[in-house]
Amino acid sequence: MKKDRREFINTCFRFAAGASIVGVAGVLASKSAKGDFFWQLDPTKCTQCGRCATSCVVTPSAVKCIHVYDMCGYCDLCGGYFRPNVKNLSTGAENMLCPTGAIKRTYVEDPYFKYEIIDELCIGCGKCVKGCGAFGNGSLQLQISHDLCVNCNECAIARDCPSDAFKRVPLEEAYQFAGFKTNKKI
Amino acid sequence: MKKIFSLFSLLVLLIIDFAAFAQTQRFPRPEFESGYTQPVTSMPEPRAGIFALVDVLLLIAALSLITWFIHKKRSRTGVVITSLFSIVYFGFLREGCVCSVGSVQNVVLALFNPGYHIPLSALAFFVIPLVYTLFFGRTFCAGVCPLGAVQDVFLLRPISLKKWLQKVLGLIPWIYLGLAILYAATGTDFIICRYDPFVGIFRFNATFFMFAIGAAFLLISVFIARPYCRFLCPYGVILNLVSRVSKNHLSITPASCIQCKLCENSCPLDAINKPVEVKQMEDKRSATRRFILLGMIIPALMIIGGWVVSNFHENLAMVNSKVRLANELLHFNSNTMKESLEIEGFRTSGKTKEELYLESAAILKQFYYGSWMLGAFIGLVFGLSLAGLTRYRYREDYEADKGECVSCARCLKYCPVESN
Repeated sequence: MKKDRREFINTCFRFAAGASIVGVAGVLASKSAKGDFFWQLDPTKCTQCGRCATSCVVTPSAVKCIHVYDMCGYCDLCGGYFRPNVKNLSTGAENMLCPTGAIKRTYVEDPYFKYEIIDELCIGCGKCVKGCGAFGNGSLQLQISHDLCVNCNECAIARDCPSDAFKRVPLEEAYQFAGFKTNKKI
Repeated sequence: MKKIFSLFSLLVLLIIDFAAFAQTQRFPRPEFESGYTQPVTSMPEPRAGIFALVDVLLLIAALSLITWFIHKKRSRTGVVITSLFSIVYFGFLREGCVCSVGSVQNVVLALFNPGYHIPLSALAFFVIPLVYTLFFGRTFCAGVCPLGAVQDVFLLRPISLKKWLQKVLGLIPWIYLGLAILYAATGTDFIICRYDPFVGIFRFNATFFMFAIGAAFLLISVFIARPYCRFLCPYGVILNLVSRVSKNHLSITPASCIQCKLCENSCPLDAINKPVEVKQMEDKRSATRRFILLGMIIPALMIIGGWVVSNFHENLAMVNSKVRLANELLHFNSNTMKESLEIEGFRTSGKTKEELYLESAAILKQFYYGSWMLGAFIGLVFGLSLAGLTRYRYREDYEADKGECVSCARCLKYCPVESN
């Protein structure tokens, strides 16, 4: 008799626990059917503080400089490539702004030059982004490279970002560039 | 007339818009004559959703396998094999993410923040182990959770802790769970992920501080079984509660207990309950008195807890970046102090100070109510643990403590009884 009562109470609790698990799961699942969120760096808010390079759980950081070619002016004196007050516009290491030499400068036609980011070398420090934004069109922009991003629960850079530029967005809104709209197909 | 006006305003807007765009392009894109083709701006795609499905399927497979090993095969070797798989896959390959322990925070954030919806894989990682626990006990803890598994394989020289020490340390996970819920609900931080001692080891990128903590936990777990699981894990206490009412918990003996006492000291977690000798039932008057006393102590503890914690709500809220920024800005003096990156970021954002102060005041208010609830919750847990200590429970056989037992299957081989 005593055993039965204990068993009965246990069964009641079991059903209550089961019902609450199913309830919570149901409520949340109906909301999540909209698809997953991804982290997005808003370049309009970004101040290029350099923390993207150091705070990411991935080394080197999943934040990379991405070149929006449609916005580029193909300048000879590129504010993102050269240090300020550089003496001669050559590809010498002493002239480069990028600490890892991740920008490749190639001649296109007089007086234009093409600048490409070598993703493997880019550490996402944002120095070139700052330079391009200050002196040029702002075609170099920091973005989260989603093939590298592990999409943490709580992005470690978002926590450290001084300008609150990180937010969760649906997949369609990932890769938002400042001053330019893309027709991407992902 | 109205139509013309709206058309006109649209035109004006367009012109302004165009002007703004032209302004951003200091150097217009050149017209190339050499037939130059522009490279495509790279926008790499995220990891495909199919992999999240693979994670969930592997979780179900691992859970089913380990449950079969424990309940049907009664094999510790099987548990170890599954543990090694979990450490390799969920630990090193998936780098400890997604994990059930952290998913608690996603669930809380999704419940409190209507703008956020939880990824289905995180929800699956939260719910599936709970369902398995409801039916089979904490088989998830036994060797599917990479955090538990990595501690379990280190356990070489288990020593037993004093009962009172276990009870006291066992209260920490509740406080940790309460704090994690408070911070997740206010959208402040995911502290469980942030202070996960093993994830840095799985990723080979821990800071020295976190690596030291992880290494210390592993070192301790050589002697004390699963220190993180028992005295810190916030998901473990949820599983503990669910496991208490589980339908088919692991039983030490395959048939019926002959009380040979061989298994008595086999459990490294001290989760085997010994038989209790038949005792005279407590008389009705003393039982009533005990009941009334507890009925008064528990609410009192809740109120005291709520009051104490709510006194610290401002300190708790300082973890929130907005509150911290508002506080920093309040004490900022541009003449004597150097502008921090946060203040610089705030200045360029174009937000006014008043807006920030209003926002942070709202967050502080949330923390005030939240800390009352946290304190009351801690008080309730303390009270119920007290009540649990006074409870007398008749038991004939050696049984696993359904709440504390993590079904590691070490005790099974001590039982000499053959299954029939």
